[in-house]
Amino acid sequence: MAKDTKKKRKVKANSNVEKYAICLENINKSYEDGVPALTDVNLKITPGEFVFIAGETGSGKSTLIKLLLREIKADSGNINVCGYDLMRIKRRNVPKFRRNLGVVFQNFRLLKERNVYDNVAFAQRIIQKSEREIRKNVPSILSAVGLAGKYKAKPKQLSGGEQQRVALARALVNKPSILLADEPTGNLDPKNTTEIMHLLEKINENGTTVVVVTHNREIVNLMQRRVITLRKGVIVSDEEKGGYIDED
Amino acid sequence: MKISTFFYTLRQGIINVFRNKWFTLASLATISACLFIFGLAYSLLVNFQHMIKTAEEGVSITVFYDEGLPQEEIDLIGAQIGARTEVSRVVFVSADEAWAEFSAELGEAAEGITENPLVNSANHEIYLSDVSAQTQLVKYIEQIEGVRKVNQSEFTANLFTGVNSLVTYVSIGMIAILLSVSVFLISNTVTIGISVRKEEITVMKYIGATDFFVRAPFVFEGIIIGLIGSALPLVLLYYIYEVALKFLADKFAFLSNLLVTLPVWDVFTVLIPVSLAIGVGIGFFGSFFTVRKHLKV
Repeated sequence: MAKDTKKKRKVKANSNVEKYAICLENINKSYEDGVPALTDVNLKITPGEFVFIAGETGSGKSTLIKLLLREIKADSGNINVCGYDLMRIKRRNVPKFRRNLGVVFQNFRLLKERNVYDNVAFAQRIIQKSEREIRKNVPSILSAVGLAGKYKAKPKQLSGGEQQRVALARALVNKPSILLADEPTGNLDPKNTTEIMHLLEKINENGTTVVVVTHNREIVNLMQRRVITLRKGVIVSDEEKGGYIDED
Repeated sequence: MKISTFFYTLRQGIINVFRNKWFTLASLATISACLFIFGLAYSLLVNFQHMIKTAEEGVSITVFYDEGLPQEEIDLIGAQIGARTEVSRVVFVSADEAWAEFSAELGEAAEGITENPLVNSANHEIYLSDVSAQTQLVKYIEQIEGVRKVNQSEFTANLFTGVNSLVTYVSIGMIAILLSVSVFLISNTVTIGISVRKEEITVMKYIGATDFFVRAPFVFEGIIIGLIGSALPLVLLYYIYEVALKFLADKFAFLSNLLVTLPVWDVFTVLIPVSLAIGVGIGFFGSFFTVRKHLKV
């Protein structure tokens, strides 16, 4: 009887956590030299939200992204993403977990030797989609990000904005429930920055949870979305329709 | 794993071989150079061992019998000795044959001798398959009833035994050193080649690729390079070996009793599978373990 109650409590706790797309509770993480990177971070993001995680260099944004990707493990606390308990997940299950996420980086991280089509198709091949499905899905997503005519181009033949669109297409082609964008406009000019942000909005409108990590004051202030501000590894502000908070 | 995934990763491995030209060339050169030296050392060593073995086979023990011992008993003793494992061949030399051979050596000095002075010299010449067993065999023969005397060349036997052991140890040592150097050089080349593509591996892992999916193209690439890298020196060695045999036969015909070389296929039936296995093995394990370092993303 006691065992049953314990079991029920555990399930209840899990289902409570799982209603969030991302749930961090009392997360602590230190660098290898012992300097704290994140201290007692609590963060809940519901499915379908559009959230900015803002902060200056060294505020802990990159560490947070690495935790969400399960590239590193927190020293203490609980972290649940897409229903996966990242403190207890087995190494062999990490690839399966990551397929629920789409990731976009500041430096695009495209495979230089492959053309646009293959860069996007690559994500589908990883989840073992058939060639028939790939031939259907890739042109469709390239068209959605406005690159239908450039599927044969190599990354170096594209502008920064176009490369980021390819990265977005690659991140979205497997229909992830969360899109993590780490400084997605860091290498872009203002025109491309605006276009990429509009694309992210459109993606969010289609139901994908979007988390944008940035220290770009202008786009944070322009978008008027939820803004979580990190400073020296601590969440100092979490505002609906917030703005960028400067250090001083 | 789907069959399509297997073929996709295989195709990527083949594409990688051509895509990363410099890495492929560096790896091919390293593997080929190492296996060429290995093949050359192996060919020389097996031939040297063969020459010693041939010379060893020429070393014999001569067994003489008691006066008046009937021929049937001599034959029986010969058969008894011939049945031993360390004996390769037993040749009976009758008293007449012994005198005919000796008188031929004496030449004019033998003229006028009408009766066979070697009438009690009927003997068996015993040839050994393993010259190191000579002393033991002599002891055995000396105990046989009817045996008068056993002639042996202890110095020759000991010399061959010593040289044979030395060649064996030197061969094992050289091959071990060559293989260690090969593995070190090749793993270094593979490490450099894969480090350049660390970014590619990281991206694959972020997207959700399994370790197998990331590793398989690199492993296929390693196997292909290993296979080509071991085939090239084999072809080269084959032609060099043939030319060398022809050269020895033409220029050193007077040493043909000493320079007893092995035919091409006697060497290459061993060298081909061993070299291919080493090449493929190094390619497989080199890429398998080097990629592993980068999979922890």
